[in-house]
Amino acid sequence: MSSVTNISRRGFLDGIFSAGAFVLAAQVLPKNAWGQTEEYAGKAAGALFHPSIYLGIEPDGTVYIVTHRSEMGTGIRTTLPLVAADELEADWKRVRVEQGIGDKNYGDQNTDGSKSIRGFFTAFRQAGASARVMLTSAAATQWNVPASECKAQLHQIIHTASGRRLGYGELVAAAAKLPVPKPETLQFKPKSGWRYIGDHAPNPQQIVDLADICTGKAIYGMDVKRDGMLYASIEHPPVMGGKVRSLDDKAALQVKGVRQTMTIDTFTPPYAFQPLGGVAVIADNTWSAFQGRKQLKIEWDDGPNAAYDSDQYKQYLLDTAKKPGKVVRNLGDVDAAFASGAKVIDASYYVPLLAHATMEPPVAVAEYRDGKVTAWAPTQNPQAVQDTVAKAMNLKPEDVTCHVSLLGGGFGRKSKPDYVAEAALISKKTGKPVKVVWSREDDIRFDYYHAVSGMYHKAAIGSNGMPTAWLQRSVFPSISAMNDASSVYGFDVEYGMGLNDLPYDIPNHRAENGAAQTHIRIGWFRSVANIYHVFSAQSFADELAHAAGRDPLEYQLALLGSGKVLDLKSQGVTNYWNYGEDYQRYPFDTKRLRRVLEIAGEKSGWGKRKPGNGWGIGIAAARSFTSYVASVVEVEVDSNGRIRIPHVYQVADAGLVVNPERARAQFEGAAVMGASLALSGEISVADGRVRQSNFHDFPVARINQAPRQTDVHIVESDELPGGVGEPGVPPIAPAFANAVFAAIGKRIRELPFSKQKLV
Amino acid sequence: MIKLTINGRPQTFDGDPAMPLLWYLRDDLGLTGTKFGCGAGLCGACTVMRNGEAVRSCSITMKDLAGKRVTTIEGLSPNGTHPLQKAWMQANVPQCGYCQAGQIMQAAALLRKKPKPTDQDIDSAMEGNICRCGTYQRIRAAIKAAAKEVA
Repeated sequence: MSSVTNISRRGFLDGIFSAGAFVLAAQVLPKNAWGQTEEYAGKAAGALFHPSIYLGIEPDGTVYIVTHRSEMGTGIRTTLPLVAADELEADWKRVRVEQGIGDKNYGDQNTDGSKSIRGFFTAFRQAGASARVMLTSAAATQWNVPASECKAQLHQIIHTASGRRLGYGELVAAAAKLPVPKPETLQFKPKSGWRYIGDHAPNPQQIVDLADICTGKAIYGMDVKRDGMLYASIEHPPVMGGKVRSLDDKAALQVKGVRQTMTIDTFTPPYAFQPLGGVAVIADNTWSAFQGRKQLKIEWDDGPNAAYDSDQYKQYLLDTAKKPGKVVRNLGDVDAAFASGAKVIDASYYVPLLAHATMEPPVAVAEYRDGKVTAWAPTQNPQAVQDTVAKAMNLKPEDVTCHVSLLGGGFGRKSKPDYVAEAALISKKTGKPVKVVWSREDDIRFDYYHAVSGMYHKAAIGSNGMPTAWLQRSVFPSISAMNDASSVYGFDVEYGMGLNDLPYDIPNHRAENGAAQTHIRIGWFRSVANIYHVFSAQSFADELAHAAGRDPLEYQLALLGSGKVLDLKSQGVTNYWNYGEDYQRYPFDTKRLRRVLEIAGEKSGWGKRKPGNGWGIGIAAARSFTSYVASVVEVEVDSNGRIRIPHVYQVADAGLVVNPERARAQFEGAAVMGASLALSGEISVADGRVRQSNFHDFPVARINQAPRQTDVHIVESDELPGGVGEPGVPPIAPAFANAVFAAIGKRIRELPFSKQKLV
Repeated sequence: MIKLTINGRPQTFDGDPAMPLLWYLRDDLGLTGTKFGCGAGLCGACTVMRNGEAVRSCSITMKDLAGKRVTTIEGLSPNGTHPLQKAWMQANVPQCGYCQAGQIMQAAALLRKKPKPTDQDIDSAMEGNICRCGTYQRIRAAIKAAAKEVA
């Protein structure tokens, strides 16, 4: 997928690297992949061309690696460069990581879907290996020995027989003149030789931003400042699609520090990534902008979504899930099995709207000048920034430059750049650089929410309490409505997250999707539709186990059977999404799901203590983002219904894991996020207006509520890399609910737990 | 005119006395290590020390700071060598990192009062500081490690 090119000899490099630098570019790279530090941006502006840069070595030996993925806490900004550095045998102390700007030539830059390693592991490896081969060849030529007698080791090429050594910097001039080896000829280092990556790395490295974060020096979008910058805060229409009917801004303009106001047009449907509209207050500092906003007097034309009420909508979803819907997978004949007189068990489940609540609310700086926009934003998707800003301002995407800061959390929210377009529009109006700051209230009330969903499961029970038929229905406002306002059904991406890939070995199975209108912005949230599909299916599996009088883990394994690759195509799933991956390369293999369940049982001491009397343990498992995860949650419920989570066990088979330390951190965090949404996550709506506004009424887990200890076990594997950012979330809520049932006999079918009477 | 000390340096402020300290630090002084998270004292991202006590800078106004000493993450130690900062790095606590300055400042105030905090002490002191990435168990471990080093 990538080819590496030597671009060292081209004269246009003068402005960027020094004249003698050795620079390799890979095909997936942009023409102007400059790092965004001032020093480099300045040099780039003076260059004739903007060549692709992936990996470059200066004559002083400094290695520069450009990373084009966004850092929101997964460590990807460090992990991908480590792949190239390892293959290059670079000394990490002499490597500098540069953050790439938004550019289509990079290929996909949308840092979501847990796909950065899946998508770019090979490209970074090839870049590193190519440079290593060329440096080796340059040294061998200088010594007049065969390259096979030389090896690369920590920034040096060594002639093994004579002990002669040349540093990478000394070889740059000669290496730059050599042809790039063809990808198929590249010999990658054996796994045993990996220095920085993998399970057994002798020199694992910490994230490059660690010291800056711990000393307050790290720069997030919130921290960007430009000379002469103004600050803006926006009163958005309280109902999605609403418009300003009348505005009285006299009092706002009296507030000290307030300079002006600006009405921003409401989007034309579909809402996509467009600004919501509203009235911006523009001031000399953030505080004045906030204060001015409080003085605005606005009458709104709410539009049709003012009738949206989440209680009524919930009832609609649950009712609709009991009726036939669009069939998205079918095996055998569930209706015949249900009509056969077998015992039938059924249950409805519900998961409400959720807000991302990234610790850094949406924020962006933009500077409009002479028909061009430069933006600095905490964004997961800098190319979407280019497209969205360009569309909002009638520019071309290439007239928009997007610098990517660190993100104070993303979780999917910051893939949508509506807030960057707001900053650009206000900058054009004011003629100055502008920072748009969303308050926490703005963030909670105007999110792209995780979809609410109503689900229904029904099973016919045969011998040993095992199901002979399983019907699964899901009804939810689809993310596809973001780009098609008339959309009422889900699409392959949502179906492929737990609706059309139930992994159990059952002769009759059908999955259906009911229709639902969308009245509020819906978007993807860490692990997306898996959250509700896995919650319902894994809760239902536990219910069936208890109905059969069988141990839930043993029952799960029995449901999976001996394990096999799912043949979804023959069951009407013609376009299985498979997280964007080819099914031959990334099949759904239920043997791997069995294995994580078995390991989770061992690690958690499953079955050693009898649940009950306020103590319980629950299990759930799912494949998502091509990784297989089993979660065990241990709970204590006291006589007042207060819940503690002493222990969580996360077992993940994510194929080859490049950075196990950061992967473990992701699974620890996923346990907290999963527990948080199960305990207290709920956005509700009345008269089209979101009721919640801040952390007092949209609580997220705190240190005393989060799992006290999460043990993560990563299965050692040579399978292709899978995702790690999201797959740890889906099994947590059902494992948690199953644990509560084990502890006190109360089945929780609706989230959050805080709305249920437990005792 | 309000006189105060920030990270050991005397400062004078003659703006709106109702402005929260947070915006003075961030917008006026460029001390952006202190973060805006909720504006309502609910998340702890903006935590700094006032005369050695942890406070939410989003909810303390400038008029409450006359003659006070304020310490921010930038002033906690000369080179990031406070035992908590070292422990935070050792334990690889941060994920996105946005809340961590507030977490560290809150923990620093805790250790001033209780050099040997129990789990209960840590819960009580730290429950006001949200980490949406979910780094809590590492925060707890890092506080304990730092406490050991100080002792």
